[in-house]
Amino acid sequence: MAPETAQVDIGEYKYGFSSPETPIFKTRAGLDEDVVREISAHKNEPQWMLDFRLKAYATFRRKPMPTWGGDLSGIDFESIFYYLKPTEENARSWDDVPDDIKNTFDRLGIPEAEKKYLAGVGAQYESEVIYHSLQKDLEDKGVIFLDTDQALHKHEDLFREHWATIIPPTDNTFAALNSAVWSGGSFIYVPPGVKVELPLQAYFRINAQNMGQFERTLIIVDEGAYVHYVEGCTAPTYSSDSLHSAVVEIVVKKGGRCRYTTIQNWSNNVYNLVTKRAVAYQDATMEWVDGNLGSKLTMKYPAVILKEPGAHGEVLSIAFAGEGQHQDAGAKITHMAPNTTSVITSKSISRGGGRASYRGLLRVNPGAKGAKSKVVCDALILDEHSRSDTYPYINIGENEVDIGHEATVSKIGEEQLFYLRSRGLSEAEASAMIVAGFVEPITKELPLEYAVEMNRLIQLQMEGSVG
Amino acid sequence: MADLVIEGLRAEIDGKEILKGIDLEVSKGEVHAVMGPNGSGKSTLSYVLMGHPAYEVTAGSVTFKGVDLLELEPDERSRLGMFLAFQYPHAVPGVTVSSFLRQAINAHRKGGPDGADNPISAKEFGNKFRAALEMLEVDKSLSSRYLNDGFSGGEKKRLEILQMAMLEPELAILDETDSGLDIDALKIVSQGVNTLAGPELGVLVITHYQRILNYIRPDHVHILMDGRIVRSGGPELALELEQSGYAGVAPQQEV
Repeated sequence: MAPETAQVDIGEYKYGFSSPETPIFKTRAGLDEDVVREISAHKNEPQWMLDFRLKAYATFRRKPMPTWGGDLSGIDFESIFYYLKPTEENARSWDDVPDDIKNTFDRLGIPEAEKKYLAGVGAQYESEVIYHSLQKDLEDKGVIFLDTDQALHKHEDLFREHWATIIPPTDNTFAALNSAVWSGGSFIYVPPGVKVELPLQAYFRINAQNMGQFERTLIIVDEGAYVHYVEGCTAPTYSSDSLHSAVVEIVVKKGGRCRYTTIQNWSNNVYNLVTKRAVAYQDATMEWVDGNLGSKLTMKYPAVILKEPGAHGEVLSIAFAGEGQHQDAGAKITHMAPNTTSVITSKSISRGGGRASYRGLLRVNPGAKGAKSKVVCDALILDEHSRSDTYPYINIGENEVDIGHEATVSKIGEEQLFYLRSRGLSEAEASAMIVAGFVEPITKELPLEYAVEMNRLIQLQMEGSVG
Repeated sequence: MADLVIEGLRAEIDGKEILKGIDLEVSKGEVHAVMGPNGSGKSTLSYVLMGHPAYEVTAGSVTFKGVDLLELEPDERSRLGMFLAFQYPHAVPGVTVSSFLRQAINAHRKGGPDGADNPISAKEFGNKFRAALEMLEVDKSLSSRYLNDGFSGGEKKRLEILQMAMLEPELAILDETDSGLDIDALKIVSQGVNTLAGPELGVLVITHYQRILNYIRPDHVHILMDGRIVRSGGPELALELEQSGYAGVAPQQEV
């Protein structure tokens, strides 16, 4: 037999294209107090926000880098651009968005998705949201969906009441960094009893090289209200690294429900270090659906604090670690009140030497009688070069609780692959089918369009993965 | 020339030789039975023909429709028209039967003569699927169940033949399809195979017991022992075997 030619795995990343950089304004590379002041001044912020930023900056400088999770030593904070303003205005119509930026979002399918199945869209390019829309009837019902900078100016009281109350800058190093240099993100308020039936979507695109993107999202779901927010993200493939470090805070008031879906698909040169946390009040439900497919290193553990009786928290996550990728993802749930319930379902896949870790913390405080929680972590390893780890931390301070934890690790079996290949499916198609089946408990929770997208992304990840 | 031509085929697994020189020819329109006791190499033969990666072919040749089969990957063999009904079908949790079948059919239709993909329409798929379900007396709820996941032995075997009906092979190997089937299920499965059999399909029934051959009538019967075909004959050979056992039908070994 002729020797097989080794195939080079180029990762099949479909969104690695870039446009020329034409900033309106850009801070110098690196970070100091002046850069923080410059960002704030450029945004015309009230004094309290500048003070908040400066204090956070000092905290960032004081805090050590985390030594757990992934390897952060490759981040060069001095080569990163912390703020880049791409356009003059946040447009309300795609026609007003500059051509090369509009083309980018066209290629990502955003305007088309907006027409078909979204109630509102925010599109962030580099540091600023360049397009925003919300259906008129929702606006009339009092729903607010703005970029976070605009919200600060237009709804300062509501903004300030909740801002940084769930994730203070002192929470962790990257929360401090985000607090110092934040720009863009989404601000959502859903008034009592209002149910936003179609999803609101934000799309985050990094285009420039060595870019840092630090959006900040704040969602307030009032009593008995409902919203489903979806975020997607991509970036060009560069040889140097970019940094994405967001902070997302969510308040779900009595009887409200919030679902937050992420389909993270950064290119393999992006460090993705995100802090996400929600507080659920009485009988409220918070659901994180977290799909992590791209990036160089992701460290992300969506959290729910179940603060009042009857609150329910759920985290469904998929992590796919391919060649050169480390996904350190998981969940954090804190039961603070009686009869609170939670479910964590984590599915991780590693291939091509990738590393996927589940890191979870389940805490039940004393007095949270009748708390129930179920944690299921399944890992699928596609080849012998890849790695999967599970770090489940469980901290129970109450006796009357019902806690379940299951973990499995499996490999794609030669027999299973042969079975599917004997039906005409190529090795890549067969592997992708097994993986799609493995994550099905999570993709079935997604709206159809996103489930299709997720399966397609998995398929792309699998292509070129076999030589 | 026959469609499937096996000559002097030797194969081993983990350094242990299992097939020790097989010669066999199967053409479209023919039904062949390969019968053998446990450990004679029956399943190895079916795996080697389909290209299981754990087996190494050490000598001999296999051609199908004039193509050197041993140079092809399992999926290429399938797309060329080969089919193997597994003795132990594998489960794929999370993938529904209908989604699996559709993707398998589309894999066969992909890269046709004009190189274009030609996915099956929902209507055509629906019609074909319904017909196959009826033929094998399978409830249509099967379509939304996960592939072989939690299926009974009988359900798995029916699904194998259902896949065969959907993929329309030119050569089907049935590897101990009768094992684990009760008599009613065996009848249904056999009737299914008989319906599919015809001038466009060659069938190779691999079995330990004569029982299935009461329903799927072979034109040719071959006795496989210790990695070699020791006798070939017509349908009467199966009956002889039923009466005399493997020791009885095997030619006298030289002492």
